[in-house]
Amino acid sequence: MTCAELVELVTAFLEGALDNETERRFQDHLEICDGCETYVEQLRRTIEEVGKLPPESLSDEARDRLLDAFRSFRTD
Amino acid sequence: MATALPSDEVLIAGLRAGDEETFARLLDGWSSSMLRLARTFVSTAASAEEVVQDTWLAVFQSIGTFEGRSALQTWVYRILVNIARKRGAREQRTVPWTSLVPDGDPTVDPSRFRGPEDPDPDHWRAFPERWPTTESEVLAHEVRATVAAAIDGLPPRQRVVLTLRDIDGHSADDVCALLEITTANQRVLLHRARAAVRSHLERYFTTTGGDS
Repeated sequence: MTCAELVELVTAFLEGALDNETERRFQDHLEICDGCETYVEQLRRTIEEVGKLPPESLSDEARDRLLDAFRSFRTD
Repeated sequence: MATALPSDEVLIAGLRAGDEETFARLLDGWSSSMLRLARTFVSTAASAEEVVQDTWLAVFQSIGTFEGRSALQTWVYRILVNIARKRGAREQRTVPWTSLVPDGDPTVDPSRFRGPEDPDPDHWRAFPERWPTTESEVLAHEVRATVAAAIDGLPPRQRVVLTLRDIDGHSADDVCALLEITTANQRVLLHRARAAVRSHLERYFTTTGGDS
């Protein structure tokens, strides 16, 4: 496996979606290539940094409006 | 968000009985991904919020007749997609999910690898540089801003897959069902999005981030 091939397979590798043969070649390459090891580490770090961003939320007004609407449905 | 919600049976019974706590839990658990999903069809955050509100109003009206043939979340999100799609069409902003053919461009600049003339083609010319840890508050803040800007700049389909998976914690199967895309497409979109954010971070760390 080349470095250029490996970098395209990192997400598939992390998801356990590679077939056995490809996964073995991926791991063999990682063991001997510091550049790819760093790349995989950086992609993991990227996932971690993305995960630190806050979820989106409804504005308080929208949330209140919906709770009111839910109450009025209940009394119908 | 992966907050543990009760089973569908309990949730549906709660909604039908008008139990406010059940509804509030759904609202807080699902709003983030509902807003993100809506945002791929409509052009503004305000518009996405209206789609989410209209979705819940439609859910209140039909929860009494919901037959439970799909998971509650899938049913609610389908309603959302229908509402968002109509609204997006009015705003002339429709993301062509059906013509989803991921392009095959490499996710790492090919000039980073050795050319065919090299005895060791397709291997790194120079290894990626290791990134510093972000222990300082200032640096951590800048990294978050870099990541947020990178996500904003992604194509809509990549953005929604990345945010549903890596921020809201949905599983790959969930995302495929919600967006009606194949496992392979989901993975390609996710990988392209992650690789794009990684390269923004790399640019940040190699130009400014090493200083603090």
